[in-house]
Amino acid sequence: MDILRFATAGSVDDGKSTLIGRLLYDSKAIFEDQLEAVERTSRDRGTEYTDLSLLTDGLRAEREQGITIDVAYRYFATPRRKFIIADTPGHIQYTRNMVTGASTADLAIILIDARKGVLEQSRRHAFLTSLLRVPHLVLAVNKMDLVDYSQERFEEIREEFTAFASKLNVADLTFIPISALHGDNVVSRSENTPWYQGTSLLHHLENVHIASDRNLTDVRFPVQYVIRPQRATDHAFHDYRGYAGQVAGGVLKPGDEVVHLPSGLTTRIASIDTFDGPVEEAFPPMSVTLRFEDDIDISRGDMIARPNNQPHVAQELEAMVCWMTDGLKLTPRSKLTIKHTTRTARALVRDLHYRLDVNTLHRDEEATSLGLNEIGRVSLRVTQPLFVDDYGRNRLTGGFILIDEATNGTVAAGMIMDVR
Amino acid sequence: MLQRDYTTSQLDVLEAEAIHIMREVAAEFERPCLLFSGGKDSIVMLRIAEKAFWPAAIPFPLMHVDTGHNFDEVIEFRDRRAAELGARLIVASVQDSIDQGRVVEETGRRASRNRLQTTTLLDAIEEHEFDAVFGGARRDEEKARAKERVFSFRDDFGQWDPKNQRPELWNLYNARIRKGEHIRVFPLSNWTELDVWDYIRREGIEIPSIYFAHTRKVFERDGMLLPDSDVVQRGEDEPLFEAVVRYRTVGDMTCTGAVQSTAATVEEIIEEIAATRITERGATRADDRSSEAAMEDRKREGYF
Repeated sequence: MDILRFATAGSVDDGKSTLIGRLLYDSKAIFEDQLEAVERTSRDRGTEYTDLSLLTDGLRAEREQGITIDVAYRYFATPRRKFIIADTPGHIQYTRNMVTGASTADLAIILIDARKGVLEQSRRHAFLTSLLRVPHLVLAVNKMDLVDYSQERFEEIREEFTAFASKLNVADLTFIPISALHGDNVVSRSENTPWYQGTSLLHHLENVHIASDRNLTDVRFPVQYVIRPQRATDHAFHDYRGYAGQVAGGVLKPGDEVVHLPSGLTTRIASIDTFDGPVEEAFPPMSVTLRFEDDIDISRGDMIARPNNQPHVAQELEAMVCWMTDGLKLTPRSKLTIKHTTRTARALVRDLHYRLDVNTLHRDEEATSLGLNEIGRVSLRVTQPLFVDDYGRNRLTGGFILIDEATNGTVAAGMIMDVR
Repeated sequence: MLQRDYTTSQLDVLEAEAIHIMREVAAEFERPCLLFSGGKDSIVMLRIAEKAFWPAAIPFPLMHVDTGHNFDEVIEFRDRRAAELGARLIVASVQDSIDQGRVVEETGRRASRNRLQTTTLLDAIEEHEFDAVFGGARRDEEKARAKERVFSFRDDFGQWDPKNQRPELWNLYNARIRKGEHIRVFPLSNWTELDVWDYIRREGIEIPSIYFAHTRKVFERDGMLLPDSDVVQRGEDEPLFEAVVRYRTVGDMTCTGAVQSTAATVEEIIEEIAATRITERGATRADDRSSEAAMEDRKREGYF
């Protein structure tokens, strides 16, 4: 059994909470005491039906105001897969939360109300999914019961959305007509849509192939921690020196020739160690410890790659950034801390090229700053070289966060672009 | 040989993620510590720590906030496990906080030291100048926890502000704090109760005996089975009876209920949990029942 992480986008009006509630309920991930608590609260508030959105609205302020503040993570499993849902709210701070949820997602579900069709917010959701390079996108056309399960309506929406998506980086796009309320095509195929030849949503989630979404081509091993046992009792490990980290790309094997960055020195992998014994290969997302044949000075923040396939060594970066705070704006000359893989440095914003309107994709080149939830294209200069790949090629070596040095808050997410 | 498709099992993914988080903390903080209660989640967390730094020793101490009302079997297990690993174990005692006048003991039949633990924990964090504190909490446990970050920022009063959390993207964690502040780190955030048990089975990890079915004198209160003990006040209308029970969670005796169960092995426990329809905290924790926002309120104050 493997794990599929997916993000859901859409507002309560689109039936998102109902859909999540149904997936959780039908997979038995909602328990009786949780359901009772929700039923009790619904009754207390005078709501006629059991409000499944109460299952995901976890904080007091959210329940009192009927809004969702933050990304909530939900878990369910079927015999085939474990699922992690990043449930992001549709109301406020939408962009920031969706970017956060999408950063680790294998798949995104965008909900569309069949009566309303493709709205501005649907396009925004699709754009963010594409910007964050979520490999699989499902467009769930919901409330099909309210359009008499009309094939024409479904096809209309499919055509309109496909035309828009052709402008984006969407590798795999699937359309499913559903009714979250009645359960049509959610867990099993519905008799109400005999014209629909595809699978149910859950069947799709259980079977979509994600193993090849990881980059298994470019060897990237950011060194996270140096392991040097100092226990006097362990004479066998007296001279042990291992480099621990999580594989960010490629497949490593003992004997492989590798290059260390920033030194450029080459050596071979002597052993790939784990607590459970040495392994014959390591690939994403494994956390392992490498030992090398030669004694090279290696520390946290360094990168291991292959001599003939190295990341770009850069102090000048081009990136799309999503600004995530309202306490401060990004402007040219902003100085921030950048964290990229296991390396932390300082960054200077050299230029803001444009601010992107996430609804129309219009580029405002007159923009002089980015505020909360705004996305723009920037040039950064970094105080020490980073070992980067284009975000589209590897999300782990192409993504970074920016930290405000005054408040220590995480103020932006960045995606590195235009790396040769 | 067949073409490898490099599929990774859910336990391998969760373990790799947790190891990554632990190493990140060890690399970025000066004085981390790991909260170890002898409960199943902290036992799994400790195994992850052992794996993350092997063959080196775990590079931080363990700490237990001891209410003085814990099960003997669990305390014995805690001490033995720490000794096996050669780890330094700090015991922060709620009794000491009471004796020093830092907190006042609750009175009455429902008196519990559960809430008092927060003060003891925060005092210990301050005394030892810990800047990162590992906890075994999982997001599937409770809905306030479903929204908490892996690196959860605490101000210099130890408080959690759910509206002002740092965004967490990819596998990048922001470890920046000022002196006096700290980060609670939850490496098992994405694990479910079933994942924890599956992992215990796969790894053959030893757990305290009270997790398995045993005969115990108990009494019923609010639909929960509380143990016969000097520290739990029982009314005359709460008769004792013998039952075959086990514990799904391990906490303070005054607020942790047993469940009727005959599950005597890890396999049987997994079968039981897979079929159960009540959450572990709902079934066994009086502390979460006081109000719908009980956990959120305690977390804001600095609870685990």
